[in-house]
Amino acid sequence: MSDVTLGKAQRVVFGETLTELGAHDPRIVILDGDLGNSTRADIFEKAFPHRFFQMGIAEQNMLGVAAGLATIGYVPFISTLAAFATARALDPIRVLIAQPRLNVKIAGAYSGLLAGKTGKTHISFDDLAVMRALGHMTVVAPADETETRQAIRATTEYDGPVYLRLSRQPAPLVFDDAYRFEIGKAVVVRRGSDVTLISTGVQTTRTLEAAEALAAGGVDAHVLHVPTLKPLDTDAIVEAASETGLVATVEEHTILGGLGGAVAETLIERHLVPMKRIGLPDTFAESGPDDALLDKYGISSDRVAQAVRTFVEHPRA
Amino acid sequence: MTQTRPQYSAADIADIARRARIHILEAVAHAKGGHVGGPFSAADMLAALYFRVLNIRPEEPDWPDRDRFVLSKGHSSIALYTIMAMRGYFPVAELQTFDAINSRLQGHPDMTVTPGVDMSSGSLGLGFAAALGIALGARVQQRGFTTFVMLGDGECNEGIVWEGAHVANRYQLDNLIAIIDHNKLQQFGWRGETTSERITPYTGSQLADRWKAFGWQVLEVDGHDVQAFLDTMDQARAAPGGPVAVVAHTIKGKGVSYMEGNYKWHSRVPTDEEFAIAMDELGASEGGGA
Repeated sequence: MSDVTLGKAQRVVFGETLTELGAHDPRIVILDGDLGNSTRADIFEKAFPHRFFQMGIAEQNMLGVAAGLATIGYVPFISTLAAFATARALDPIRVLIAQPRLNVKIAGAYSGLLAGKTGKTHISFDDLAVMRALGHMTVVAPADETETRQAIRATTEYDGPVYLRLSRQPAPLVFDDAYRFEIGKAVVVRRGSDVTLISTGVQTTRTLEAAEALAAGGVDAHVLHVPTLKPLDTDAIVEAASETGLVATVEEHTILGGLGGAVAETLIERHLVPMKRIGLPDTFAESGPDDALLDKYGISSDRVAQAVRTFVEHPRA
Repeated sequence: MTQTRPQYSAADIADIARRARIHILEAVAHAKGGHVGGPFSAADMLAALYFRVLNIRPEEPDWPDRDRFVLSKGHSSIALYTIMAMRGYFPVAELQTFDAINSRLQGHPDMTVTPGVDMSSGSLGLGFAAALGIALGARVQQRGFTTFVMLGDGECNEGIVWEGAHVANRYQLDNLIAIIDHNKLQQFGWRGETTSERITPYTGSQLADRWKAFGWQVLEVDGHDVQAFLDTMDQARAAPGGPVAVVAHTIKGKGVSYMEGNYKWHSRVPTDEEFAIAMDELGASEGGGA
């Protein structure tokens, strides 16, 4: 990964892609919880001021309004932080969007550990677990600019509720333009024979970096990227596990109930192999520089490589 | 727009509401569960809405240009189902399936199973936000229909109600009418002089004042005076410039003497003796069927 090309931040892709799609699809509207200049919904507002609805700092009402709009044919996208959508507004998401399966797209910005030096109130690394547990909810966590662009397009073509996990910072490109994202499909991003790493969202970049570091030390990692947490591509997970017989999940999320939980549920029923969950422990985080946070909470590429190395040496420890 | 509002008189509607109360109590007694107090306070208004005010087509529940109605106080679902059944959305006999397994008539309104239910509700305050969304979208699309939403007074404890009240005012939604069933009691409520006395969540003009403070036009009416309610609905539809809140003064448990104003009848199943007294007071012998 020495010659990495940095892609655009997912939040910028969010604003730009909806602006492109909005030109041809009048159903698309954005509801903003007073964070449009952070989530970059402001890009859409400039193009379509009458389809951008400021809802103020009132997330519960915003999610309810989105449900109402969906009943008369709109495709509302939510613009707020992942923490405020999935925690504060969970009740309207559950009752008004998930239960009646309404066509609302909940974009959770600033997801994961890197929420811009804001601290534990704004950091959201339990969102995948919460949204995955909701009936009817599709959960998507794209890796980079290319995949985010395609995932947003795919969610507008899909009729039903979607949680779209977005991150704040620009990240290296994992995919080129030949890549085709499909809801519910996982993709092998590195072939290897010693250990299978299963990763989601922007963590896949760091997982690939960890795989390079491991290769230098003689461990050849197979890497499966899982951009859709629900519906889960269980066949791809079983196949990837079969390639090496050892599985480690890696996510910018708590190890409780997210990707690690989903993969464990799959493997315990279909293909039992030694498994390690790498992610945040049972904790809340803190504010700090990105690199320091990733390192302290165990999901920097170095920390991931170290954890995988230990796991490969002692898979049943 | 095709007008499909039948011309029932106020007296017709009052009698429909009386018969509806009979069905409601029968359904709750049959299901051995459900709410009574709130459905009875709302019955006259729901009858007026479905038999006169709302522009709807029961034979075509998804008619795109219909007026929308959201029962945000979803625990009064049995009153909504009863009035809808009497209006022809589904058979009155189906009310006996209320709360039963596999029923289309769930404990709280479920838009995915009941024909004509415009929005699911039940977790209080949420239906109001959804109604606001419908009205907002309808205005952008320049659709002609009006969105009505009914809230309870206890429901106005919820913060989301005031989030939405602020937003509806900012967008000046003149196609949104909120009806607040101000029956002065909630499930358990606020202690009075003794623990057995429960008092209103909003005294005097407090509730009306709150909606006014959020920039809404407020109309007040006796929610059991059908003619006055019909006139108020006409006035609310015609009111220009922004959303209208109709504070409807009602009596919890209206129609049965021992239930009226007694918080314990928020949700309670009558004994056989209580049931007989209620049926007598509601004039079941004068015709209780649909």
